[in-house]
Amino acid sequence: MITRKLALGFALGSLALLTAGAARAQSHVDSVDPALGAPSVSSEQSHIGGLTGQAAAGKVLYRRYCIGCHGPAGDGNGMNAQWIDPKPRDFTEAIFKCRSTPTGTLPTDQDLYNAITRGFVNSNMPSWRPLTEQQRADLVAFIKTWSPRWSKEKSGEVLTIPAETPVTIESILHGRELFQKLECWKCHGPAGHGDGPSAGTLTDSKDNPIRPYNFSTGDRFKCGSTNQDIYRIFMTGVDGTPMPSFHDVIQPNDGWDLVHFLRTLQVTLPSKENDLWRGYVASHGKDIKPIGPDAANGAQ
Amino acid sequence: MSLSRPGSRDQMKRSKLGGLLVFAFVILAMFFVDAKPAAALPTGKVMAIPAFARKYGLPCSACHTAWPELNNFGQVFRDNGYQLMNDRDSPIWQNPSYFPITFRITPNWHREAADHQVIDSPDGCFGTSPLNPCLSVAGKVNQSGFDLSGMDLWSAGTLYKNISFVLLPSSDSTAVWHFEAAWVRFDNLHNSRWLNVRFGRFELDNLISEKRMLFLSNNGGFYQIYHFNTPGSTNNFGYGDNQIGVELAGHSVDSYTRYSIAVLSSNEGGVGFTNDVVPGGSAASRTYDVNLAFSQAFDAKSLGFERIGAFAYIGQRPTFYQTADGGDEQLVGLGNKSFYRVGVAGDLYIHNLEFLPLFMYGHDNAYLGTATSSQGALPSGAHAPSFYGGFLESHYYLNPQNVILGRFEKINVGQQAFSGGNSNFGNVTAYSLGYRWYPIMFSRAGIALNGEYSRTKSIGIVPESGDGTGGPPLFPTDGVWSSSIFFGIDFDF
Repeated sequence: MITRKLALGFALGSLALLTAGAARAQSHVDSVDPALGAPSVSSEQSHIGGLTGQAAAGKVLYRRYCIGCHGPAGDGNGMNAQWIDPKPRDFTEAIFKCRSTPTGTLPTDQDLYNAITRGFVNSNMPSWRPLTEQQRADLVAFIKTWSPRWSKEKSGEVLTIPAETPVTIESILHGRELFQKLECWKCHGPAGHGDGPSAGTLTDSKDNPIRPYNFSTGDRFKCGSTNQDIYRIFMTGVDGTPMPSFHDVIQPNDGWDLVHFLRTLQVTLPSKENDLWRGYVASHGKDIKPIGPDAANGAQ
Repeated sequence: MSLSRPGSRDQMKRSKLGGLLVFAFVILAMFFVDAKPAAALPTGKVMAIPAFARKYGLPCSACHTAWPELNNFGQVFRDNGYQLMNDRDSPIWQNPSYFPITFRITPNWHREAADHQVIDSPDGCFGTSPLNPCLSVAGKVNQSGFDLSGMDLWSAGTLYKNISFVLLPSSDSTAVWHFEAAWVRFDNLHNSRWLNVRFGRFELDNLISEKRMLFLSNNGGFYQIYHFNTPGSTNNFGYGDNQIGVELAGHSVDSYTRYSIAVLSSNEGGVGFTNDVVPGGSAASRTYDVNLAFSQAFDAKSLGFERIGAFAYIGQRPTFYQTADGGDEQLVGLGNKSFYRVGVAGDLYIHNLEFLPLFMYGHDNAYLGTATSSQGALPSGAHAPSFYGGFLESHYYLNPQNVILGRFEKINVGQQAFSGGNSNFGNVTAYSLGYRWYPIMFSRAGIALNGEYSRTKSIGIVPESGDGTGGPPLFPTDGVWSSSIFFGIDFDF
């Protein structure tokens, strides 16, 4: 009998504590995360392939996985933001680095999905590939609730990437000319070490110092690792950073030439471009002019 | 036969009152304490923080469904050698003051009870007094009060990119320390996530980890079948116990596919060539065991993440020892005989409801099962004993901060070591219910309020919890009910 009473007491006590816990947990959400309860949360969707993401489901996932960095208000001011460099994305601005759309426009749902899946190298943003596809789609839907831009604007038109041109020494040399002419070296440095004369002055759209990519490390790019990804990066630009879009500046085939040259700056990565370039340097090294301010007539 | 002394009822009332007081205290404390969520806390004023959360700035919930249980993101992180693979994993990226250390302990109030225990009667008897001799009777033993759990002092991380480690000194509640885990792992050999080599003392690659379970009480805080051996067996193997050896493991990019092959000393993870991690263990043998584990996960779309797997452990244990000093000192375990455990397990989700099913079959050589030296012949009626059973555990996640727990376990002895006895001798049935509430959830420390009720019935044998007198019942046909009520504040920092 006493054991039964104890068991009953345990059950009732557990229920009371559980209710208290649930209520307390919910009150945290309501009182401190007002944006998490925004009216638009339940209606926003994302569409990635055949998946439809739901913001309401994404809200729970955001709270579990993302809130520590991106914050309860989605503004990148999570409790860990002060320790993080580069700073977490501010979703309220709806400005995203990795897009397939023109600079200044909203990315596609697929772009956001890809970013969540891939993560960002050299940052605290890991790859969330271990989450299910549905979970990632839900997160995309929820991320879109942070800014009114998503309800007022449509995503930009997806950049069409032409078929890659053959990798030839001519292509690489032309890409090298473009690297000089477009003044890429001013930030990325003559050898692509991220140490150009402007490198130390760069800031992002939040006035946080930002470093240009150092090609020589061979690290993955923030927005992908394939030649198509490199092409897309400089054609669409990296919004929120000093990296502009070159879509209106260079022709598609020129773009591939630039890609082929940029690969040669990744000296630690084996590639066809590197093999060709090293062979050319061995035989024509004396003819190659240095990149930089002294190359008045362009590099060759 | 039960004890119905006048004093015991008073004791029960006091126990009940104590439990209610604990309840009231905990509830009041959690409501009145300013348990602000992450964003409202004064960040930067925390003096020490859990090892990985502070390294990467992720909340506990990123890697844990409800800590310490891992979700798949945490599993990938673990499989990658405690690396997020975002090129910030090497210690060189950390502030020099960073030291990856965490401790965990659980102050608690609990009540333990076991019936059919062999106790002295009447009260106050004196074993040497002919006037008041002690008689062995079957009775109930219950005890309750405030207590401490053991303590883990956990350090883990990366020594360099793709070289990870764990050092886990652990004590029982009386501060007797041992090395629960200590290993170094070489990750992603030849740039392949399928090749990782771990060396040291570690948990077997269990799909359902006992080290990360959410139950904490004496009867519920372990999986019965992970430690079960048929009655009378000298086999000391426990599938839930850490073992010592070397492991080759691998996984796919998202850890949906995982495998592990481990070669382990046949000494139950013991150190110093013994079968234990603290002084006093019997001498180890010179043989090796093998553990194989494989699992495959599936993305079940809206249902969630589903994983199934299989495992097999093939081992040996000694049946006699080379000795010195007339048998007082054991030198080496000899006459090794084999045993094996095989099973299947799963981690299945239906939205917020998680199921953890496991089935295991165990088989011991007759010499082990009957505690017979292989130097001699088997006794008459001896058999190679076997058992089968498993459990179904479920977690319902109300939200990332609240989880309701339940588990049912059943073990049957399929073949008794000796014929002629009760066929259900040694069978175990267990039930557990509980909940955990994480009142704060951020990336610096963790606290969980844990409440449980757990009950086990073991026929003719000591409850695996050891509660009661720590011995078998008076009669082998008696079913010993052992129960735990547990309220604890589980925290790590």
